[in-house]
Amino acid sequence: MRHTISVLVENKPGVLARISSLFSARGFNIDSLAVGETEQHDVSRMTIIVKGDEKILEQVMKQLNKLIDIIKVIDFVGQPHLERDLVLIKVNAGKGKRSEVLEIVDIFRAKIVDVASNSVIVEMTGDEEKILALVNMLKPYGIKEIVRTGIVAMGRG
Amino acid sequence: MKLTGAQIFVESLIKEKVEIMFGIPGGVLLPTFDVLYGAPIKFILTRHEQGAAHMADGYARATGKVGVCIATSGPGATNLTTGLATANMDSVPVVAFTGQVATHLVGNDAFQEADTTGVTRSITKYNYLVKDVREIASTIKEAFHIARTGRPGPVLIDFPVDVQRASCEFVYHKYHKEVEIRSYKPKYKGHPQQIKKAIDLIKQSERAVIYAGGGVIISGAAGELREMAKTTQIPVTLTLMGMGAFPQDSELFLGMLGMHGTYFANHAIQNSDLIIAIGARFDDRITARLDAFAPKAKIIHIDIDPTSISKNVKVDVPIVGDAKNVMREMNKLLNKLGSKNMEKRKKWQKQISQWKKENPLTYKKDGKLRPQYVVEKIYEVTKGKAIIATEVGQNQMWAQQFYKYNYPRHFITSGGLGTMGYGFPAAIGAKLGKPEKVVFDIAGDGSFQMNIQEMATAVNNKVGVKIAILNNGYLGMVRQWQQLFYKKRYSATDLTANPDFVKIAEAYGALGIRVSEKGEVEGALRKAISVDGPVILDFLVEREENVFPMVPAGARLDEVIRGLA
Ligand SMILES: Cc1cc2nc3c(=O)[nH]c(=O)nc-3n(C[C@H](O)[C@H](O)[C@H](O)COP(=O)(O)OP(=O)(O)OC[C@H]3O[C@@H](n4cnc5c(N)ncnc54)[C@H](O)[C@@H]3O)c2cc1C
Ligand SMILES: Cc1ncc(C[n+]2csc(CCOP(=O)(O)OP(=O)(O)O)c2C)c(N)n1
Ligand SMILES: [Mg+2]
Repeated sequence: MRHTISVLVENKPGVLARISSLFSARGFNIDSLAVGETEQHDVSRMTIIVKGDEKILEQVMKQLNKLIDIIKVIDFVGQPHLERDLVLIKVNAGKGKRSEVLEIVDIFRAKIVDVASNSVIVEMTGDEEKILALVNMLKPYGIKEIVRTGIVAMGRG
Repeated sequence: MKLTGAQIFVESLIKEKVEIMFGIPGGVLLPTFDVLYGAPIKFILTRHEQGAAHMADGYARATGKVGVCIATSGPGATNLTTGLATANMDSVPVVAFTGQVATHLVGNDAFQEADTTGVTRSITKYNYLVKDVREIASTIKEAFHIARTGRPGPVLIDFPVDVQRASCEFVYHKYHKEVEIRSYKPKYKGHPQQIKKAIDLIKQSERAVIYAGGGVIISGAAGELREMAKTTQIPVTLTLMGMGAFPQDSELFLGMLGMHGTYFANHAIQNSDLIIAIGARFDDRITARLDAFAPKAKIIHIDIDPTSISKNVKVDVPIVGDAKNVMREMNKLLNKLGSKNMEKRKKWQKQISQWKKENPLTYKKDGKLRPQYVVEKIYEVTKGKAIIATEVGQNQMWAQQFYKYNYPRHFITSGGLGTMGYGFPAAIGAKLGKPEKVVFDIAGDGSFQMNIQEMATAVNNKVGVKIAILNNGYLGMVRQWQQLFYKKRYSATDLTANPDFVKIAEAYGALGIRVSEKGEVEGALRKAISVDGPVILDFLVEREENVFPMVPAGARLDEVIRGLA
């Protein structure tokens, strides 16, 4: 099962290594990781997306809680929350196809942020599903590059 | 007052009441060793940094205080790692300092540079790289706090040479403030609701067993454990790490459980309807085949570390808290229960006595010099009052089985990591912490050679530890497995090229005694104890003696091999 884990940590060197090694030591791949400062400059928020065996994940959650630099750990599974990811897609858009690409971008309420003679860069914010849908729609035109920031999540209310 | 980093380091250690530290100097530690020269802290120069780490660990286990060791950058630091990993697995409070190259050189492949915090991250409870002289005092204070509180463990501080040389204002009264780490708040008090649930389960149980471990020793809760067993009349089994937490001459004592545990402890666990686990972590050495572990039992688990709970075995009533605190609360309630269920408990005890009678812990008693006999004699001669450290292997299991541990902090062994070479330096550390005690290292001929160089440290500092080598000329524990499961193909386990241990002792300036006859054992032991300095006792024991009982890998806990057919 996919888990969205949000971790509040001390903004210190070594913290990321401590956290990532908890996952890697158990053979878990981190699907997505986003780190940034919070409203307090000495506290950072990490949002981690992982899939894995429930029992092992429960142990990882406890281990995360135990790490000395970690202030709080939340697993958003089953809790009302928002997820957002920002994606940049460089897609082929030569003369003949450009208007079709623009139409798709429009439907998804994405933005064109750069234009070159044969390609454009599309920017979109959304959850995983929406981003995958956009990527699928653009695939037939030839995607040259995708860059994502990683998913961030916030509890509702 | 303005002090250098090195001075602040030493002042901070004095504030932490450090009496003794173990280690070896090196280039990047020169400023610090200059201040240590003449400081009111006893410094034990070891012959290998691994020895220093194990000595700090043995000192900590014997005294309950934090052990301190120090090593230089690069190879000094990497030599410490086995000791840190050993302490980490067994939850031992150690603070280790390592010198580091100057901050502007870190990460440059500088001379004798190793990424010490990177290398030790997963084998310490926490670690630090101190980059600012103003942070030394608070870092050291925090390190000692983290090492000794909650589930204890080793903490490492990496200390670059330029930070040792830099200086700043050092204010003593500031240093005395309490440590406050917002993200680290160990829980000592058990949840009352959970405690109530536990009491209810105990009330209903008929065939309960208390399974207690190293956490009871760490928590200083042997008294509470005794009281709980006495009021409830529930029998007690201990893990290897728990030895000494419960008096072995008690009727209620079942001995150790697990792979080399007693037949009756393992059978009691497998047939129980309730297991009360206290400061023990359901290690795979004690659960044996996990899906067949204690099939009829409900489980109460008291542990200070939530990650220990339901890690391997699903627990019905978890209680996160300090063993002493929680048991104290439970005992108050249990005392009120009175004699409920005592009839059923008596029946259970009878069943256990039956198992005990039919399958006692024993060995072949003939004219030969057997290792178990040596351990029994050590027990007799020391009247059970000695501190026993062990190496790893058969010697360790015999030391557990045939010496009776009646006091906490008297059995010092590497359980979790199983580090050969641990026992001798740990014994030195223990003796320095408890000089009034007789201290033995019950050793294997293989293990002893892994830190044999510390003979110089022991002789030089007049540390009177007695090394009793159960010399079987084999890496015996591995040989035993080869005998039982690999058709006696003794691949790479023969140690007949051993050195002459008596001459080794003499070369270091110590006494060596060789014993090859049963009748000589007692006299040799008495002689060794009467001598002030370290003594090597070389017991030439039966070479192919095996450790029984034994639960083979993959078997159920009660599928016990009692001996060779
Ligand atoms: C060759 C060999 C054979 C072995 N065979 C056996 C065997 O047959 N049987 C056996 O038992 N072991 C055996 N061991 C040892 C085994 O590997 C483990 O080290 C041991 O079982 C762990 O003991 P423990 O569960 O008491 O945990 P420890 O490692 O002592 O851990 C202590 C537990 O207590 C908790 N704790 C710490 N402080 C507190 C506190 N204040 N309050 C409450 N809880 C606290 C900790 O969180 C932890 O969960 C063997 C080792 C070797 C090398
Ligand atoms: C550092 C280390 N290397 C290897 C092992 C694997 N091992 C476990 S027991 C053992 C044999 C120990 O031999 P010895 O010290 O002579 O003890 P004996 O079993 O003969 O009593 C070995 C090699 C280990 N535990 N530790
Ligand atoms: Mg041997």
